Amino acid sequence: MLRFLVRRTLGAAVILFLLSIVAFLLFFGMPRDPGLLMCGKTCTPANLANIHHVLGLDKSIPEQYWIFLHNLVLGSNGFDQGPCPAPCFGYSYHTNEQVWGTLMDRLPTTVSLTLGAAVCFLFVGLGTGMLSAWKRGTLVDKTVTAGAMVLSSMQIYFLGPLALAALVYQSHLFDKPAYNDFTADPVSWFTGLIIPWVILSTIFASQYTRMARSSMIEQLQEEHVRTARAKGMSRRYVFFRYAWRGSLIPIVTIFGIDLGALLGGAIITEYTFGLPGLGKLAVESVNFSDLPLLLGVMLFSAAMILLFNIIVDACYAFIDPRVRLS
Amino acid sequence: MSEDVEKDVTAGATTLPAPRAAAGEGSAEPLLVVDKLVKHFPVKGGFPVRRTIGAVQAVDGIDLTVHVGESFGLVGESGCGKSTTGRLITRLLEPTGGRITYRGRDITHASRKELAPVRSEIQMIFQDPYSSLNPRQTVGKIISAPMEINGIDPTGGREKRVRELLEIVGLNPEHYNRFPHEFSGGQRQRIGVARALASEPKLIVADEPVSALDVSIQAQVVNLLQEVQRELGIAFLFIAHDLAVVRHFSQRVAVMYLGKVIEVGDRGSIYTRPRHPYTHALLSAVPEVELEASGKPPRERIRLAGDVPSPISPPSGCRFRTRCWKAQDKCAQEEPPLVRLSGNKDGHLTACHFPEDPTTEARDEDIVLDPALAALEDAAEGQ
Amino acid sequence: MTTSTKESGAVAPAAPGAFLSVRDLYVRFKTEDGVVKAVDGLSFDLERGKTLGIVGESGSGKSVTNLTILGLHNPMFTSVEGEIVLDGQELITARESELEKVRGNKAAMIFQDPLTALSPYYTVGRQIAEPFWKHTGASKKAAWERAVEMLGKVGIPNPRQRAKDYPHQFSGGMRQRAMIAMALVCDPDLLIADEPTTALDVTVQAQILDLLKNLQQEFGSAIVFITHDLGVIADMADDIMVMYAGGAVERGTVDQVLRSPQHPYTWGLLNSMPRLDSDLDTPLAPIPGAPPSLLRPPSGCRFHPRCTFQAEVGGARCVDELPLLPPGRGGACHLTAEQKQTIFVEQIKPRLR
Repeated sequence: MLRFLVRRTLGAAVILFLLSIVAFLLFFGMPRDPGLLMCGKTCTPANLANIHHVLGLDKSIPEQYWIFLHNLVLGSNGFDQGPCPAPCFGYSYHTNEQVWGTLMDRLPTTVSLTLGAAVCFLFVGLGTGMLSAWKRGTLVDKTVTAGAMVLSSMQIYFLGPLALAALVYQSHLFDKPAYNDFTADPVSWFTGLIIPWVILSTIFASQYTRMARSSMIEQLQEEHVRTARAKGMSRRYVFFRYAWRGSLIPIVTIFGIDLGALLGGAIITEYTFGLPGLGKLAVESVNFSDLPLLLGVMLFSAAMILLFNIIVDACYAFIDPRVRLS
Repeated sequence: MSEDVEKDVTAGATTLPAPRAAAGEGSAEPLLVVDKLVKHFPVKGGFPVRRTIGAVQAVDGIDLTVHVGESFGLVGESGCGKSTTGRLITRLLEPTGGRITYRGRDITHASRKELAPVRSEIQMIFQDPYSSLNPRQTVGKIISAPMEINGIDPTGGREKRVRELLEIVGLNPEHYNRFPHEFSGGQRQRIGVARALASEPKLIVADEPVSALDVSIQAQVVNLLQEVQRELGIAFLFIAHDLAVVRHFSQRVAVMYLGKVIEVGDRGSIYTRPRHPYTHALLSAVPEVELEASGKPPRERIRLAGDVPSPISPPSGCRFRTRCWKAQDKCAQEEPPLVRLSGNKDGHLTACHFPEDPTTEARDEDIVLDPALAALEDAAEGQ
Repeated sequence: MTTSTKESGAVAPAAPGAFLSVRDLYVRFKTEDGVVKAVDGLSFDLERGKTLGIVGESGSGKSVTNLTILGLHNPMFTSVEGEIVLDGQELITARESELEKVRGNKAAMIFQDPLTALSPYYTVGRQIAEPFWKHTGASKKAAWERAVEMLGKVGIPNPRQRAKDYPHQFSGGMRQRAMIAMALVCDPDLLIADEPTTALDVTVQAQILDLLKNLQQEFGSAIVFITHDLGVIADMADDIMVMYAGGAVERGTVDQVLRSPQHPYTWGLLNSMPRLDSDLDTPLAPIPGAPPSLLRPPSGCRFHPRCTFQAEVGGARCVDELPLLPPGRGGACHLTAEQKQTIFVEQIKPRLR
């Protein structure tokens, strides 16, 4: 198992490396010149060349990439803005802030948003999905299925503003969504995020409801589940001990992918509610052709997805002894 | 559906030919010669870099000869390598070693191009009539595909030929435009046979062609294959685990165990005068219907212990020795060669250091190697 | 047609000595294509300690019947009518909690494919111990000990260690042994074995069949043994019931059914099956056609579209009227006893050499 994890981690490092190359090449393929954006209205060729020099854009692409890698691993003191310890993605072209510092500033927002929502949608989704499977064919099942169908076809940019309009601007029942530091003020942290959580998890939960339901129903038709019933084990026992165990595999898989993707930045949600998370940062970095920031956000998101892929694989081993013992 | 049933009635019963002076048995011209054929599937593992750490020795040096027009049976239990052998011969798998010679031509490692003229002459029939036919193609398209691939243009056109083939296999030629799902399992297997016949093969490798079918349907397909073999003089490599079906269909039979041929001979020798202990055990394990108190001597009773060992690390020497009641030190050290033992008929070869008597009649004492079974039987006797 | 089947259901009441008694069983599945008449008016009895072999092809209703006995069908899509009495207890109308006390305790099942029938998530020992603690109220530790004991009994070497293994670490034959241990752990009076050796190799099948026979002696269970293989049934059963298209077409003792069969379908099965000692010059005589769809079973005798002896009966009787299966020995066929005797002796028996 440990070997497996080590092998997977090495593999993930290789993927990140390749990804950084692709990102580099894509950036230089972009039609916009970041120097021009910084140069302002009174741009002379000499100014532009100077900016290019300061940003290091006058060097060849491989050379720039080498410097990027070197800084990332060993850190650098070669920046005008100040020292940059490893992992160093350099300084943002746009804000002149250290990229890693910016990422770490934005991360708590995304983590709070994602984990809060994930707890909600996992419990609500699995709960309703399993209830639906348990009561298969009844009115409860049909109601849950229909509700999940409707909600899963909703979009954040539709439900989000709707909720804001109804719950915040019209009735003033809730605070305007905002990120407040948890350690400083847990209550306002909670009240500031409650609407984004509910909206984000509504949409995700409906998918988990459907997945949990179909996965449970599929498992309940497995032969080993029938064997357990044939032994006289109660319906409840068989449902929670036998069918539930097998239905976890697809759920964990999707949950891992979703969580990894969300932690890399819930772009639409953050935009809709104006939360300063990684997703918002990613869009900003593209808008300003901010290479260091773009690379930072992108590799961080990718690392999250890869990390959760590895966690999912490790979970398989806990769930299924066939994985563990082979 | 009911009209199809009508069709099958005629196909099953009336078109059965009088066995033509047994096509296979007389001719001794070799069609296919398999020489020390080996197929190892690599087992991956290791750390930190995955590499090949072992091999599943699926087929480990077997020799076979199939003559023109004969039906050659290959029997054995799961994991013995019989299906792999079939796939090697049709070159669906690449052999690890050894030689496959078809009509004097080495096709062991022949490229696609070199293989082209031979491909049409060696066809395969698969076990599962449900997954071996493309559900999106009409029957006509499925059956004419081998003609297209091999560039065969029969007089009168391909469609006419397909209709003929449908008739030969006992299906209604009108069903040309139907899809596989409209047919029952037995009928689908007939479509598989028609497809195999389309390129006018000289050898058909049939891998468990009837084992997925119901008993009453099995006989229809066995009869059809027998008809094809005799009428058209096509040689068969008939791979099956059902010993009675193989006996019914094949003139010569090879018994495989863990990637080796352990006994081969004409069917009379294998079924009534077996020498290898495994052949004895296999035959004795077949549950038989005694249709009347026949006065025939009862059959011997041999109950082996456990299952077949893993082909990843097969036992040294004779591979059957771990389950054999006659095994001695020699069996572990020396692999017995496949040879003609004294008292065996010509062509009856056995790979055993301590062969059994050539009879399947009951012994003085049953051979019960399974410890749990032996304990229960002793207890029952003691009462 | 429906009316004629209903009438035919009027069979004698449960035999007094019967331990398991099935009367007029009808099982129907609702599917998207219509209603499948999986079991259509089936009755049979089984005495304590005896083995009843049920033989039939896929779709004959043999497996469905036995799932229904323990109420393991899906009630959402299945309707069951009739009477199933196990040791005086009516099971069709029984509450789920009552059935749970019967299952695995008084009546246990063995399934065809032990790899899919055992849970991959729990150890073999736990899966065997579960019904024991459930039904006897024993502690989990005592149940584990019992599981180890049972594994030893069915011939798993080193049972204390192997009980901690998962099913995928067992070979095919060992898995089926574990399945048998699981079925016998509460010493059931009835064992339902649904094609228990079909997925196994022939040498392993022989071990398992002999093991089952010997364990039956020790545990004294009655067995319902379902298979498509006449050879297996000849080896295992005391009585045979032949099923076709949802109904029983013939029943009797093993000797009666195999040596003097009375139904054209049984004749067909015997004639289409190659044997190790059959005459090689006689080609197999297959049953023409294919088993019918149970969405629209044939009218009258369900075997009539494939039967070659309709003319002997004369008229349209086979098409119009469902023949009755008499209680005890007999076959459900319109041919007269003399006709059956003549046909069997003159046309069928000579082929069985």
